[in-house]
Amino acid sequence: MEMALLVAIILFLIGLLGVLVRRNILFMLISIEVMLNAAGLAFIIAGARWGNPDGQVMFIFILAMAAAEVSVGLALVMQMFRKLNTLDTNVASEMKG
Amino acid sequence: MTTIFYIASIIAIFATAMAVSRKNGVHALLYLIVSFLAVAVLFYTLGAPFIAALEVIVYAGAIIVLLVFVTMMVNLGKEGVEKESQLLHPTSWILPVLLTLLLLGEFLYLLMLQPGTGLSYQEVGPKQVGLSLFTDYMILVEMAAMLLMAGIIGAYHLSKSNSKTVHRYLRDEQNETNG
Repeated sequence: MEMALLVAIILFLIGLLGVLVRRNILFMLISIEVMLNAAGLAFIIAGARWGNPDGQVMFIFILAMAAAEVSVGLALVMQMFRKLNTLDTNVASEMKG
Repeated sequence: MTTIFYIASIIAIFATAMAVSRKNGVHALLYLIVSFLAVAVLFYTLGAPFIAALEVIVYAGAIIVLLVFVTMMVNLGKEGVEKESQLLHPTSWILPVLLTLLLLGEFLYLLMLQPGTGLSYQEVGPKQVGLSLFTDYMILVEMAAMLLMAGIIGAYHLSKSNSKTVHRYLRDEQNETNG
């Protein structure tokens, strides 16, 4: 049980590192997927510990959220590629926010 | 069962690290598929076979297909054609294939076991999940449906290709000056 949670934590940290380190927006989306997947794994582990289906129900909602997120995110990536002709997020810093 | 779990965990961590650190998008997606399949095996060993199936179908199926399409679309261009010819060099796909074969071996071993004997946790099947989903969490199901609808509409509007985006007031002025 503890080892499974450790695996979920490691996967989440790999995804977080990917978001922080990579500057290609496609890889940032991939890293976000990895993080969502690790969070779902933690839910499944918690559900398995107590033997009730609530963890799996939460995973199904995470799944729906990930599908909606990736479709909108990829549409934004396509718009960015069309406008700037690159996937580098440093180029898309015109707003100087 | 614990050895199955550990092998799948190591494959998941290794494949995820490789997916995040690749330079080429297509190679990263190959490793990402392996990562999702390994996590599906983890779900099975944790007593959630329904979620394992959903992980393979939705994550390793639908979401990866979306990512592959967009990766291929943004690779277009002169250098994209040259890059694509070297994209599936054996050195780039032999390791994901080996990891997937390892996962296939684990899967076949799990199929050989007597049902219910191998799991280290109490199995929570699709029937219990469905009962909980459509009684206690009914309102969340409806909200997830609306979220998916909003995702479809948002993706449709965002990916429409109008090259010139002019504000509607300016567009009216332009029409007046032209007409």
